[in-house]
Amino acid sequence: MAWETVIGLEIHAQLATHSKIFSSSSTTFGAVPNAQANLVDLGYPGVLPVLNGAAVRMAVMFGLAIGAQIAPRSVFARKNYFYPDLPKGYQISQYELPIVAGGHMDIVLEDGSARRIGITRAHLEEDAGKSLHEGLPGLSGIDLNRAGTPLIEIVSEPDMRTAKEAVAYMKKIHTLVRYLRICDGNMQEGSFRCDANVSVRQVGAEKLGTRAEIKNINSFRYVEKAINFEVARQIEVLEGGGKVVQETRLYDPDRGETRSMRSKEEANDYRYFPDPDLLPVELDAEFISGLAAQLPELPDQKAQRFASQYGLSPYDASVLTASTELADYYEQVVRELGGEPKLAANWVAGDLSGFLNRDGLEIGHSRIAPAALAALLARVRDNTISGKIAKDVFEAMWQDQQSADAIIAARGLQQITDDGPIKAAIAAVMAANPGQLADYRAGKDKLFGFFVGQAMKATQGKANPARLNELLKQLLGG
Amino acid sequence: MHSETVAQLKEGLRARRYSAVELARSLLARIERAQPELNAFISIETEQALAAAAEADRRLAAGNAPPLTGVPIAHKDIFCAAGSRTTCGSRMLANFVSPYDATVVARLRAAGAVVLGKTNMDEFAMGSSNENSYFGPVRNPWDLTRVPGGSSGGSAAAVAARLVPAATATDTGGSIRQPAALCGVTGLKPTYGRVSRYGMIAFASSLDQAGVLARSAEDVALLLGAMAGFDARDSTSVERAVPDYVAGLNQPLRGLRIGLLKEFFDAGLDPNIEVLLRTALEQLRAQGAVLQEVSLPNLPLSVPTYYVVAPAECSSNLARFDGVRFGHRCENPRDLKDLYERSRGEGFGPEVKRRIMTGTYVLSAGYYDAYYLKAQRVRALIAADFARAFETVDVLISPTTPTAAFELGAKTSDPVTMYLNDIYTIGANLAGLPAISIPCGFVNALPAGLQIVGPHFAEERLLNVAHRYQQESDWHQRAPEAYR
Repeated sequence: MAWETVIGLEIHAQLATHSKIFSSSSTTFGAVPNAQANLVDLGYPGVLPVLNGAAVRMAVMFGLAIGAQIAPRSVFARKNYFYPDLPKGYQISQYELPIVAGGHMDIVLEDGSARRIGITRAHLEEDAGKSLHEGLPGLSGIDLNRAGTPLIEIVSEPDMRTAKEAVAYMKKIHTLVRYLRICDGNMQEGSFRCDANVSVRQVGAEKLGTRAEIKNINSFRYVEKAINFEVARQIEVLEGGGKVVQETRLYDPDRGETRSMRSKEEANDYRYFPDPDLLPVELDAEFISGLAAQLPELPDQKAQRFASQYGLSPYDASVLTASTELADYYEQVVRELGGEPKLAANWVAGDLSGFLNRDGLEIGHSRIAPAALAALLARVRDNTISGKIAKDVFEAMWQDQQSADAIIAARGLQQITDDGPIKAAIAAVMAANPGQLADYRAGKDKLFGFFVGQAMKATQGKANPARLNELLKQLLGG
Repeated sequence: MHSETVAQLKEGLRARRYSAVELARSLLARIERAQPELNAFISIETEQALAAAAEADRRLAAGNAPPLTGVPIAHKDIFCAAGSRTTCGSRMLANFVSPYDATVVARLRAAGAVVLGKTNMDEFAMGSSNENSYFGPVRNPWDLTRVPGGSSGGSAAAVAARLVPAATATDTGGSIRQPAALCGVTGLKPTYGRVSRYGMIAFASSLDQAGVLARSAEDVALLLGAMAGFDARDSTSVERAVPDYVAGLNQPLRGLRIGLLKEFFDAGLDPNIEVLLRTALEQLRAQGAVLQEVSLPNLPLSVPTYYVVAPAECSSNLARFDGVRFGHRCENPRDLKDLYERSRGEGFGPEVKRRIMTGTYVLSAGYYDAYYLKAQRVRALIAADFARAFETVDVLISPTTPTAAFELGAKTSDPVTMYLNDIYTIGANLAGLPAISIPCGFVNALPAGLQIVGPHFAEERLLNVAHRYQQESDWHQRAPEAYR
């Protein structure tokens, strides 16, 4: 039986405001527990929420960036449930009238294919606190520093069909919120996380299968693994004649599996109703157009510009625009180099990104500055070194943080372009391999590569490859 | 001193006829004496009061004292006051000491008022008789076998018994006006948004409004001026200048258009109260007011509407009392569920539980549309009825309550009968309108009240009408015999 996977994501992005969404407490991560919880965050008797305008502006910018409708009037609602890290016994969220509705996000997969993912809505809400169990045997600790941190919850349509698509979509949203500077995107600290709604159905079926919701996944890798595990689990249940139960599940990264948290029957009835402590958020067209004018160049716009301005493939353009910092780095290299955009793209998306990944560094902490990389590429362009030698120089630059020229000079890596030494090397190789020479001259063309290799080795790889080829052809021919 | 009004005390203090400390001591002694029979206070704050009074005397001597310097007041125990026990009439908060000041508390302190204590109230302001207090019922100074009304029963009884000249109070469905009527004092519920709700423990956030109980419209005007105004910490407070409420008190009533509600003169109204009301209306007409009958066809639906909306909001507002961060926590909880269930089960009284359950029910999936949503629609219709009425009249006058004070225990077994006591007052809360209750006579030696409702932000007009009535009547000056 052929199965189709259907995935929808609910992404929670913490907004990068200085203070909380309904109180003046700081939102800085990592403070001593409860040091950043004032009376409003603690839900003391008599306190009232006051909306942070910065959070509204950020949500509107997000909505504009995904081509969504910005609601002229949106309403905060209370989501009622008891939990110790939810101080008021309700979370202030938006329910019937969210601030953003009806947008979309285009994703490009590795094979270059593009998909459009619908975004149902994005609403503002406050984060809850955290329950702490470590080091507190038999007790639970409550840290309310995070309580009241502003979030936008971005709800997609069930438009994704594979875990890879879900990851590409999540990465694209991650890219966008960082472009907009509305979220720091730090997934370890929980600033960006998602719930995945996953179901399967027979190929061709119209009706959606029963879904499971996998809660609180905080890495791209786990999203992929959790969805793949869940899809396999559901197919196994269905093929075994069973039924998928609508439930909330948790992904356990240590075991690589999802586990049931609670079923629909045990689910809370949240008793949403409009929060009488807050006025509806009313936004006029002027406010919205003012924010539209402040939008930066967005990822898709930048990728299109890169493709047309620098002649890059759509995939390379999307890789290089994954963050503004990476895109800026790339453009600086091209500027310093005064051209060669494809050469620069190969190096930034290739070697540089590889080294950054290997060392777990952000582009902002690259050990090679754009100007230094441009200086290296200039030596490739003017044939001082070959592309292959350049890789060694790059690695040395990464290690020692010296300039390309200094390393080339110190190690004598300049390319040999004079015919004299190249000819001498070729002559020596020919003399040392009379048998191969005879075979080649008898028509075994394939042996040309053997002579290239030997001659290159004789010049310690420094011979200009093009000139070496030309001279070899002349001399081998007799 | 105890028989003087706020206006008179202000003068007396400035003329140094008595010091703020003398005044405070004298009233504190009255409070202590009355406490065993009236139980009007939950906390009597002698030490802080005398310190504040001494400070008031220094400022009066220095000559830069703000308007209410040295004037003694009491706060309903629903207002948080820094360092002061704030119980909301509940076991849940019996030992809760607030770390901060409500805006009302801070503003009255800034105006110089000296707080003598915190007054008794129905638990979480839920009740019409003050019998729902964890700290025991308050008794009516006019007849100790009767209730003072609720939920601001302690404030009303304290003002009626001349223990304080004025007290703060709150009104969600009539909790200022109904006890004002039953205790023979003047009580104003301002427009929703006129006075900050910050620091006032929430019952039903869309209906709650802070106001004043005092012995005259003039005194109410003096306190309201100090309390009212925009507060950035309450998003529902309105950014609108606060007028000088005292300046407008004496405007003549010539041409004032008074609306009489057809719907108010229903069965259930004590005919004696109707007689008092009609007499009062004649007196206003003699001052030049014009009477006309108006109809608010949806108003009879206000009680059921209120008893959906208010419990719904309270069920959510009271969720924070979970035994985790403050308030009552049960002994040795087995687990989280046990902690919640026993802390809340022990901390809340029966009426609060009844409303939490009602509110939880009407917000539940499958019932929300039939109850909460429908109630909100009816609420909008009631507000529209009022708006239409105010196109043709300036104020609406009605009785405040259908009967005078009833006996303790008379209605405790039947919550619905108790709820019907709010039939005349709830409409103003649902529509967010200002309303005042003033004494208009006696029925069998028990006070009766007349209610004046106005359009949004018509407090000046209401105080003006009330003041002109009080210039021509002395009901508001009568004191219960035992407390003269």
